[in-house]
Amino acid sequence: MDRTNTYVKKIEKDHARFREIIRGRIRKDLRKYVSEGGMVGRRGKYVVSIPLPQLRIPTFRYGRNDRSGVGQGEGEAGTPIAPGDPSGHGAGAGGEPGRHLLEVELSIEELAQILGEELALPRIQPRGRSTLMADQSSYTGIARVGPESLRHFKRTYKEALKRAVAMGAYNPDRPVVIPFREDKRYRSWKVKETPQNNAVIVYMMDVSGSMGDEQKEIVRTEAFWIDTWLRSQYKKLETRFVVHDAAAKEVDRETFFHLKESGGTKISSAYQLCSELIRKDYDVAEWNVYPFHFSDGDNWGSEDTRKCLELLDKEIFPRANVFCYGQVKSAYGSGQFKKDLDERFPKDERLITSEIKDKDGIVDSIRDFLGKGR
Amino acid sequence: MEAARRRPRKPLSQADELRRVQEGILAVARGHGLEPFRTVFELVDHAEMNEIAAYGGFPTRYPHWRFGMEFEELQKGYAYGLQKIYELVINNDPCYAYLMKANARVDQKMVIAHVYGHSDFFRNNMWFSQTNRRMIDEIANHGTRLRRHVEKHGQEAVERFLDAALSLEHLIDYHSVYSPHRRRSRYDFSEDAGPAEVRRLRTPKGYLDRYINPPEFLEGQRRKVEEQLQRRKRFPEEPARDVLEFLIEYAPLDNWQRDVVSIVREESYYFAPQALTKIMNEGWATYWHAKIMTEGALEPSEVVDFADHHSSTLGVRPGAINPYKLGVELWRHVEERWNKGRFGREYDDCDDMERRRAWDLGLGKGKEKIFEVRRIYHDVGFIDAFLTKEFCEEHRLFVYRFNPQANRYEIADRDFEAVKRNLLFRLTNMGHPLLEVVDGNFRNRAELLLKHRHEGVDLDLAEARDTLANLHRLWQRPVNLQTVLEDQAKLVSFDGDKHKEEDIASA
Repeated sequence: MDRTNTYVKKIEKDHARFREIIRGRIRKDLRKYVSEGGMVGRRGKYVVSIPLPQLRIPTFRYGRNDRSGVGQGEGEAGTPIAPGDPSGHGAGAGGEPGRHLLEVELSIEELAQILGEELALPRIQPRGRSTLMADQSSYTGIARVGPESLRHFKRTYKEALKRAVAMGAYNPDRPVVIPFREDKRYRSWKVKETPQNNAVIVYMMDVSGSMGDEQKEIVRTEAFWIDTWLRSQYKKLETRFVVHDAAAKEVDRETFFHLKESGGTKISSAYQLCSELIRKDYDVAEWNVYPFHFSDGDNWGSEDTRKCLELLDKEIFPRANVFCYGQVKSAYGSGQFKKDLDERFPKDERLITSEIKDKDGIVDSIRDFLGKGR
Repeated sequence: MEAARRRPRKPLSQADELRRVQEGILAVARGHGLEPFRTVFELVDHAEMNEIAAYGGFPTRYPHWRFGMEFEELQKGYAYGLQKIYELVINNDPCYAYLMKANARVDQKMVIAHVYGHSDFFRNNMWFSQTNRRMIDEIANHGTRLRRHVEKHGQEAVERFLDAALSLEHLIDYHSVYSPHRRRSRYDFSEDAGPAEVRRLRTPKGYLDRYINPPEFLEGQRRKVEEQLQRRKRFPEEPARDVLEFLIEYAPLDNWQRDVVSIVREESYYFAPQALTKIMNEGWATYWHAKIMTEGALEPSEVVDFADHHSSTLGVRPGAINPYKLGVELWRHVEERWNKGRFGREYDDCDDMERRRAWDLGLGKGKEKIFEVRRIYHDVGFIDAFLTKEFCEEHRLFVYRFNPQANRYEIADRDFEAVKRNLLFRLTNMGHPLLEVVDGNFRNRAELLLKHRHEGVDLDLAEARDTLANLHRLWQRPVNLQTVLEDQAKLVSFDGDKHKEEDIASA
């Protein structure tokens, strides 16, 4: 028996099971994670790190009224030796020094999968000429159970031979080996889906005075999850960022989420820039295009709104998979723009509008945007 | 493991050299009087080492996610350079030891000497005398059995049950680990119709009867019989600390479930002596690796690396006890005391500090004493008998306590008695609260009643509830726990549906 191989697989199985349990936990509390926005700042290039209460098998053990112990070293009575809980006096995790939160790292794909499962998001049907999800399945291992058609002949007989030798039933002069059920080994396989298409998201946001920090934080959180989901659906995902008040300009991600301007709001400026950007850089035959616009719903006069609707109808809709408008409620915003959009394009598949009242509304709004599978 | 030894390996130039080192060290160790098991060393890389460590030393252990969790943490710790396992030793005959392939030569020497220390301790310490010395086979057997249950009853069902059983894994009788009688069933119903009559002593002559069996004596006998009858009505007759055994025998379980609980229980008993002797065992191994290395095995070019690694093993953080350090210092302390005759009435009664400090009768009994101690003590006894005031002061031991105002841990006390009490409390029952089954037919409704022997520290209520829920999965009738919370006697219950706490009169 090739020991190394078998053993490594064994821990991998237990490890995989552990990961599965973790994913279940995160899924269960996904709403909380989304609205708290805690994951956004914890993203690396490929992984997200999530703090979870430690996964423990409960036992009868001493509680917190015994928070003492014996140590060794210098110091007078009163000398501090370790900090308490970072959170202060929370009743949750923490306790004696050394007990800690479990920092779990999830890959972006895993996170997307959880999001997809929890919100029941449909797979996106990409546009363009090569709209295929390539299924690749391959035999990856050996299992003890399986269909007879996949029985691994050689492995099975090897097991049977080993058993026969161990039981002393093997006779070299008459080498007959008959496998039992326990000896049987089967091939096992995995299916991997590989997306083949490219996509671009153009984020647009109103940065005029009426959009406060809270509103921006909501947009940031939404953008994180939208990114995460679309990234799992496409081979390659690009993101572009446009901010606008009375005029629009393209910025990088960092600036996008932190810029604060004052002054008026002319949404058309952003739509104009967006459509130019798409026309210049993204061939519709090759790219799936997702413009997202977030504002508090105020626009500078009905004249500009008319211009916006015109731009959407003529320039943007024909090029985009779907145009998404998220209206974040603010103390100053009138919320008029969403009404205008819905009135002008009723029941139009090319447009999704969503209203986000507060942090708790983020999940539903994500579902609005991504639940159509476009 | 047979397969492991036959595993074809690339011929390592390292291996022959290590074998020579091993033989040299073994000869020195034997010369000092150590009697280790035959010890098989295996070289592994860090991933293998982490895997073996995650499984508690047994790569063939039953499958469970917590080993996967442990593995992930070890892998991360290694990747970030926070921790590295130099060696792992398995209490088995022959003893198995895993060495990290990447250890430098001097580390391997030190680790091999260390391993022989452990191996000697496993073999000779009384508390290990009843452990299964073929545990490698036994554990593999457990793995096979459990996998078979999974195949038959499904991953989900077995895992859920195993989680529940593991939740109770500490509920064994830690004080019976050395007892050869442990395995036997303690409940003997066959003598149900035992003697219920008052026994009189036989008298050769009738007229002597009232002297030989006076009324007071008969009264005492009668009371004894009554007590016996009373006890027989209780179930269990005596409070059962081995809760797992009680469950195996009396909980309404399927056979495979009973098997799962026995697997958990057997492994708990197997691992218990290692936890019971952590300080002694690590101290003993450290004592011997230091001695063997510094008295011959060390080459001049290796001194610096050895000193570096040896001292990092012995490093202390203020917030925790390092069992290697405390252990080795205590062993040396014992050796010195018996070498110099610093024990007995005369020494104890001497309160002239100068005289005590210079006390040396030239007895030279140190070595004899430490070998005796390594045979018969476990940590609680070791600390109780040999942690002296001088030792406590010399090694700057203290009690720390959480200060809620400042939200931090602070040194609270350097008083010898306080240190010793705290340390002993932490070691008693291996730091687990003491629980026992007092009634298997509570309220005459087949409910289970556990009693927590409260020693001044409360249970964590939230976890106790979760654990009761797991206990309920096994008992399948309401389960109750009698304990004390904030100075009020409580009955904590779970009936399969709801949790409940009620105040009761303290018993």
